[in-house]
Amino acid sequence: MVRNITLGQFIPGHSVIHRLDARTKILLLIAYIVFIFCAANYISLLMMTAVSLAVVLATKIKFRLYLKSLKVILLVVLLTGILNIFNGSGRILWELGLIKITEGGINNAIFVTVRIAVLVLISSVLTFTTSPSDLTDALEKILKPLSIFHIKVHEIAMMMTIALRFIPVLLEETDKIMNAQKARGADLESGNIFYRIKALIPILIPLFVSAFRRANDLATAMECRCYNGGVNRTRMKVLCFSGLDLFGLIFSMIIFVGVIVSNLCIPAVVR
Amino acid sequence: MENFIQINDVYFQYEENGKDPSDKYVLNGINLNIDKGEFVAIVGHNGSGKSTLAKHLNSIYLPTTGDVLIDGMNTKDDNKLFAIRKKVGLVLQNPDNQIVAGVVEDDVAFGCENLGIHPREIRKRVYEALEAVDMYEYRKSSPDKLSGGQKQRIAIAGIIAMQPECIVLDEPTAMLDPQGREEVMSTIQKLNREQNITVILITHYMEEAVLADRVIVLDLGTVFFDGTPREVFAQVEPLKKRRLDVPQATELVHYLKGCGYPLPDCVLNEEECVQALLKILKR
Ligand SMILES: Nc1ncnc2c1ncn2[C@@H]1O[C@H](COP(=O)(O)OP(=O)(O)OP(=O)(O)O)[C@@H](O)[C@H]1O
Ligand SMILES: [Mg+2]
Repeated sequence: MVRNITLGQFIPGHSVIHRLDARTKILLLIAYIVFIFCAANYISLLMMTAVSLAVVLATKIKFRLYLKSLKVILLVVLLTGILNIFNGSGRILWELGLIKITEGGINNAIFVTVRIAVLVLISSVLTFTTSPSDLTDALEKILKPLSIFHIKVHEIAMMMTIALRFIPVLLEETDKIMNAQKARGADLESGNIFYRIKALIPILIPLFVSAFRRANDLATAMECRCYNGGVNRTRMKVLCFSGLDLFGLIFSMIIFVGVIVSNLCIPAVVR
Repeated sequence: MENFIQINDVYFQYEENGKDPSDKYVLNGINLNIDKGEFVAIVGHNGSGKSTLAKHLNSIYLPTTGDVLIDGMNTKDDNKLFAIRKKVGLVLQNPDNQIVAGVVEDDVAFGCENLGIHPREIRKRVYEALEAVDMYEYRKSSPDKLSGGQKQRIAIAGIIAMQPECIVLDEPTAMLDPQGREEVMSTIQKLNREQNITVILITHYMEEAVLADRVIVLDLGTVFFDGTPREVFAQVEPLKKRRLDVPQATELVHYLKGCGYPLPDCVLNEEECVQALLKILKR
C-alpha cells in the first residue's frame, strides 16, 4: 500500500514545465490556488480548469499518475460534493420532507468538486516536475526575506529536504515493523477503536527508536561531509529565471485578469 | 618524513561512562602510523573500539588523552576541523542513513556544496565521482530505487567528490549481499590503486581484510596485532582466542599442517590453498 503514494513524488523529464524555475512554479501555484477559489461563475471556473488541464498536458507525464493522486482524495471530494448538494438556497428542484435540493446546492457541489480536483492536479504538477532539492532550494530563496525576523530559513529548507528523503524510508520501515509484530501474533485489524489505537503502540515505539538512530547516523554523515549549517554554502544547480519564466508569468497574468474581469461582469453563482 | 595519519597514545572513554574515573576506556592507548596510499584493514570483535577509532580520524570524537594528527594537523584544533574532514572522509555502515538528498547527483554534490565550491566545478566532480563508482547512469534516479550495494557506492561517491586523501569505511559491506559486497570492494580497491587514495577499511569479513596491504587487529581498545595479512593470519590460535575468524582456506591449511602435513605457514585465499594441497597430493 505504501508504494502506491504518488503525491510528492518527482518524475524526471524535459517538458516546458520541468524547465520552469522552481521559484516561478511555487509562486504561480499559490496564485492559481487563490484564483481557483476566487472564480465565482462558470466562465471563470471553466477558464481556470482549462488552463490547469493545459498545464497538466504540457508536463508530458502520463495522466494515469495524476489520476492516482486524485484517487487518494477521491473520498473527500465526493463527500464534500454530496454534502454541498443539500447545502444551498435558491430555486427548489426536488423536495422530500426536510431534504431539499436547490439550484444553489447543485452549483455549490460542482464548484467544490472542481476546485478541489484542480487544486490537487496543479499541486501534483509542482511536485511531479520539480526535483526535491530544487523545491527546497526555491523555498529557501522565497523565504529568505523572513531571515530579518531571525527565522532560520536555511534550516527549515534543510529539514524539508531530509523529510522528503526519509518519508519513503520510514514508510517502508513501518510496513516492516507491522509485519514483524503481526508475525508475533499482534492483532491490528479487529476490536474497537480504543483497542486498535492501543495495538499501534508496539509499532510506534520501535519506529521512533529507529528514527532516532537514523537521525544520529545522518547527523554524523552530514558532519563528515563538512556540513556547517549552511554558511558559505554553494549549490550545484543554480536556480535562474529565463525567458520561459517570463512567458509563464505573463500568460498567467492574462488568465488572472480574465478571471477578475469575468467575476466583475457576470453575477456570481456561489458565495 | 612525517606519516599521513599519526595516532599517538590515544585513550578515549564515552562521557556517559565517565562518572567514575576508573571506568573503562573504549580506546586503551592506541599508537598507529598510517602512510599515504596505504590500504589498511582494521578487524576486531564487536565492541573492540573499531568504530570509535574511525570517528577519531575526522574529529567526530576527540581523544580523552593523546593526539590524532592528520597530515600534521591535530584533530583537537578547531580551526582545522573542515580541513581535516576534507582530507579524511568517513563512510558509515548503513547506506540508507547517510544519503541526504532525494536525487542521486544532488546527494553526491552535498559535500562539495558545503565546501563552497563553484557550481561548475561541483558538477564536474560529481560526474567524475559517479563514474569512479560506476553509477553515472543512475545520477538522476532516487536513492530509494537503488539496491544496497548501489546506495553504498553513492555514499562513497559523495565522499570522493570532496577529493579526500583518505577514506575510512566503517563496515561498508555489513548490510550487503555477496554481490553488493563484491561491487563495493572492487570500487574501494580501484580507488586505492588508481587514485592513490589511502583506504582504511573496518570489516568483519576476513576475506576482505586479506585484500589489504596491512591488517590491524584491535582487541579491548588496543592494537593487538599489526602486519601484512600473511603475518597476521599465520596467528590462527591467538586470533581464535580473541573471537576472530581467519579466512576458511587459511584455517584448513593450518589444521592440516597441525596434523603433520608439510604445508606453508599461511595461505590467504582458495587459490593458494589449492596450490599447496596439489603439491602434497602430487608427491
Ligand atoms: N555512543 C556511545 N556511548 C557510550 N558507549 C558507547 C557508544 N558507542 C559505543 N560505545 C561502547 O564502546 C565500545 C566500543 O564500541 P565500538 O562501536 O567502537 O565497537 P566496534 O568495534 O565498532 O564494534 P562493532 O564490531 O559491533 O561495530 C563498546 O563497548 C560500546 O558499548
Ligand atoms: Mg562498529
